[in-house]
Amino acid sequence: MEIRDSRDVSSAHHLDVLALAERWVRSGRRVAVATVVETWGSAPRPVGSHLVIDSDGNFEGSVSGGCVEGAVVSEAADVIASGKPQMLEFGVADETAWRVGLSCGGRIRVYVEPVTDAA
Amino acid sequence: MRLDLLSALNAARDRREAAILVTRLGDGSQRLVQRAGLSAGDPLFEELERRFRSGSSGQVTDPSGEAHFLTVSVPAPRLVVIGAVHISQALLPMAEIAGFDVTIIDPRTAFASEDRFPARVLRADWPEDVLQAAPLDPYTAVAAVTHDPKIDDFPLMAALNAGCFYVGALGSRKTHARRVERFQAAGLSEDQIGRIRAPIGLAIGAASPAEIAVAVLGEVIGALRLAVARDRT
Repeated sequence: MEIRDSRDVSSAHHLDVLALAERWVRSGRRVAVATVVETWGSAPRPVGSHLVIDSDGNFEGSVSGGCVEGAVVSEAADVIASGKPQMLEFGVADETAWRVGLSCGGRIRVYVEPVTDAA
Repeated sequence: MRLDLLSALNAARDRREAAILVTRLGDGSQRLVQRAGLSAGDPLFEELERRFRSGSSGQVTDPSGEAHFLTVSVPAPRLVVIGAVHISQALLPMAEIAGFDVTIIDPRTAFASEDRFPARVLRADWPEDVLQAAPLDPYTAVAAVTHDPKIDDFPLMAALNAGCFYVGALGSRKTHARRVERFQAAGLSEDQIGRIRAPIGLAIGAASPAEIAVAVLGEVIGALRLAVARDRT
């Protein structure tokens, strides 16, 4: 009997951001990965959540419920250009809160790093 | 993020192997640790071991005060049910809703029919053959519900040897006592045999097949989550 692997079925249901990051790089796109590394208070996405961004500003995944994605995507352009990782912090205590703060009142730290081919 | 490490992390996930990408936040340098290759001499050994069990990513400071971020990738929890019986028909949808990848194995074609189970989860073959192609691992639970030693015994022993996070077997205390004798004769240790949950399922007085399925799923989730919850305290 020919049966499909059950794993293929379930993995098709959720987008795997890190697998996508690898595919983007292998197709020649310049890519950065953003990761939620720390949260305080009520944060919309848990530690370990990823956002993948390319140099044209395309992105998949999420590091918040949409509150700070715009700022992360624009920072990712600098990270891709410079090749240097950046640590970003967002929250009501941050001076940028009026522009891109988290409406839920929490704080998050997001690590944005380029995907580099040099081992 | 180094492409070679990203690629190795994704490949490990495809093979259902646990791996952790360790990023030193000070300078962005990275390394990949596979669960099978974790050495006791690693400066983050205890933290890495704990993360392999919990599956949760997070930040950690090493003994020298350096901050690291651990991107943890562990396989989705899987439930292998031995026996395409009435309990399994109720257990399948419940376990899938709870987030498990479910496989149902039964060599008896009268039970393992596509009328009774969707083809994507069903393996109408002997457990010996199915498990050779898709081996058990620590992120898998095994529930044996056929009552028949010649079907249940092999996958139960394989589950104990693979360190499956849950191993349960249907059958009365008397049936289980005979099973224990067979497993002792087969050379399994008392510790291993003691890990079998038998009679299977939480003691909630379950009567119907669907209620037994609830009791089994509750016990599987407890085995998956409680050890981790204890770790955190």
